[in-house]
Amino acid sequence: MKTPALLESFSDRSRVFDFVNRPAAGAKPDVRHGTILYVEDITVSFDGFKALDALTLYVDAGELRCIIGPNGAGKTTMMDVITGKTRPDAGRAWFGQNIDLLSLDEPGVAQAGIGRKFQKPTVFERHTVHENLELAMAGARGVWPVLLARLSGEQAAHIDETLELVGLAERRHDAAGSLSHGQKQWLEIGMLLMQEPELLLIDEPVAGMTPQEVERTADLLTRLAGKRSVVVVEHDMEFVRSIARTVTVLHEGRVLAEGPMDTIQNDPRVVEVYLGE
Amino acid sequence: MRHSNHGPVLTRMLGDTGSLIFVVVLIALTVAVPLCNVYLPEASALHVTDYTVALIGKYLTYALLAVAIDLIWGYCGILSLGHTAFFGLGGYAMGMYLMRQIGDRGVYGNPVLPDFMVFLDWEHLPWYWHGMDIFPFAMAMVVLVPGLLALVFGGLAFRSRVTGVYFAIITQAMTYALMLAFFRNEMGFGGNNGLTDFKDILGYELSADGTRNALFVASGVGLLLGFLIARFIVTSRLGRVLEAIRDAESRTRFTGYRVAYYKLWIFTVSAMLAGVAGALYVPQVGIINPSEFSPIASIEAVVWVAVGGRGTLYGAALGAGAVNFAKTWLTGAYPEIWPYALGILFVAVTLFLPKGIVGLVSQLRRRMRRKEPS
Ligand SMILES: Nc1ncnc2c1ncn2[C@@H]1O[C@H](COP(=O)(O)OP(=O)(O)OP(=O)(O)O)[C@@H](O)[C@H]1O
Ligand SMILES: [Mg+2]
Repeated sequence: MKTPALLESFSDRSRVFDFVNRPAAGAKPDVRHGTILYVEDITVSFDGFKALDALTLYVDAGELRCIIGPNGAGKTTMMDVITGKTRPDAGRAWFGQNIDLLSLDEPGVAQAGIGRKFQKPTVFERHTVHENLELAMAGARGVWPVLLARLSGEQAAHIDETLELVGLAERRHDAAGSLSHGQKQWLEIGMLLMQEPELLLIDEPVAGMTPQEVERTADLLTRLAGKRSVVVVEHDMEFVRSIARTVTVLHEGRVLAEGPMDTIQNDPRVVEVYLGE
Repeated sequence: MRHSNHGPVLTRMLGDTGSLIFVVVLIALTVAVPLCNVYLPEASALHVTDYTVALIGKYLTYALLAVAIDLIWGYCGILSLGHTAFFGLGGYAMGMYLMRQIGDRGVYGNPVLPDFMVFLDWEHLPWYWHGMDIFPFAMAMVVLVPGLLALVFGGLAFRSRVTGVYFAIITQAMTYALMLAFFRNEMGFGGNNGLTDFKDILGYELSADGTRNALFVASGVGLLLGFLIARFIVTSRLGRVLEAIRDAESRTRFTGYRVAYYKLWIFTVSAMLAGVAGALYVPQVGIINPSEFSPIASIEAVVWVAVGGRGTLYGAALGAGAVNFAKTWLTGAYPEIWPYALGILFVAVTLFLPKGIVGLVSQLRRRMRRKEPS
């Protein structure tokens, strides 16, 4: 059932109490209700074409969620909305119960604790691997503190740990642009970890990886879940099966099905969408 | 090797060979030129003429402007084609101080009003000329006025995410607008004649040998300090963020950095450095007029940086020296071809020397090293 627009505008907290959704810098998402991400009725249209069509989706704190769907289903667009890149035409997106994502810009979303890995690996190519991790490291983002920042022993150790974890310790002084495609994917995951986000949005992490790399990625993401919440978009069914607990299927900007992998695989609508391609 | 922001600050700033050589040469130049001017007999081969002292002094101020431009263009990818606006404003602030120093020695002998105001039948000093007779106040204006303009202009541009060629175009418009404004007599800056006929600075006669050499040293020290400030910035973590913005602006945002603030900050710092350069320039050339704001002047300054090599700071300073040396020589020998020479130079550098003189040198060094059997 749809709330009338007028009523909705009253119930919209962002208009009634403007200060409510301006969380102080460093505010953590409030997940006492167990949900870390609320995406409700989000609609995005590009020149009349609806990339997202009243999409509604909830992600629990600590969950590892996989999102699948055919090309053009709106998976990347959904991440764009959550991270402040694309403004939706309608709908709400909250991080925990207290942070209105639609009131924040990209750096604001990142500072609130949402890290994003892009579909096409994007690292700082001319910076060294080490510098990439240092830039991503959680901490002050203001101009003056960054000007005077020195790497503490603890921070250096943290970067070293992450370098080991993503298997790039040997390449630490090399320019990130010289890494292989798979290594860049890993570096970007490493950068995400340095950001220490509460929620990780990961768009196609295993594209271009060797089978061993895929296996290690699956292992890493599984270990991350619990401490952090992870949303993974992936086409690779093998991979999804190896990590997924709950799978959401997007199709034409809407949720087509949601549930455990086995149920999803045998859902006739899902089969049709995938085989219909 | 790339610089890194750990270790002692001085090693961090002067760790790379190019910067170290630059600083050593600059200090040597700053000390040696005045000494050779004052103590060596004119017959000596190493004697530096008064003319040359003033000329190199002027190049030093251009080099500081080039460093300021490289700071934003080479490291943060912000191409400003209006940076001489800040240079000019700094110059005008210094010029106003020098005008007030003339006192009643002007043609009309008015103790307060500069000649051009008497000529316009003005009775009072405009409000913005007050305090400019106080040296520390005038020097504060040298950095604050360009800084404020950069803050307002950059604030508007960066917040609306104006970048690249669009930004370059509006900076041209900015400096052009300033030029038109300063041409007007009613603005109170001497119209198209600008400010000139200066007599002395801090009580010292401008035409005296000692003053000329002191201004030269001030320019050398100004360039040195400007260079060190810029090096401190680019070798800090902030420098990494600026480069990140240059290479992948959107990614930098998603990493949590407010790109617009960073751009605004570095743009303002750069404008202040340009203002200081302008203030050092004016007493050495003895005049400041609206032509300093001309759009072509800003483009020329960007060419210096391109010729020297973007993104090294010392390359920019080197480029400013080299291009202006060529310009002085060419405009002496064949004045009409300079604009063409400048155009050709820019095209040639863009096509064949994308990393400028500095890039060429390091390429040659690498090639020589490869030839040596290892
Ligand atoms: N900026 C844009 N302008 C116009 N159309 C867009 C834009 N961004 C996305 N689209 C369209 O929106 C639809 C959803 O795109 P999206 O990138 O979200 O799909 P996806 O599910 O991530 O697909 P893939 O699996 O190929 O990555 C596509 O049809 C795409 O062409
Ligand atoms: Mg996609």
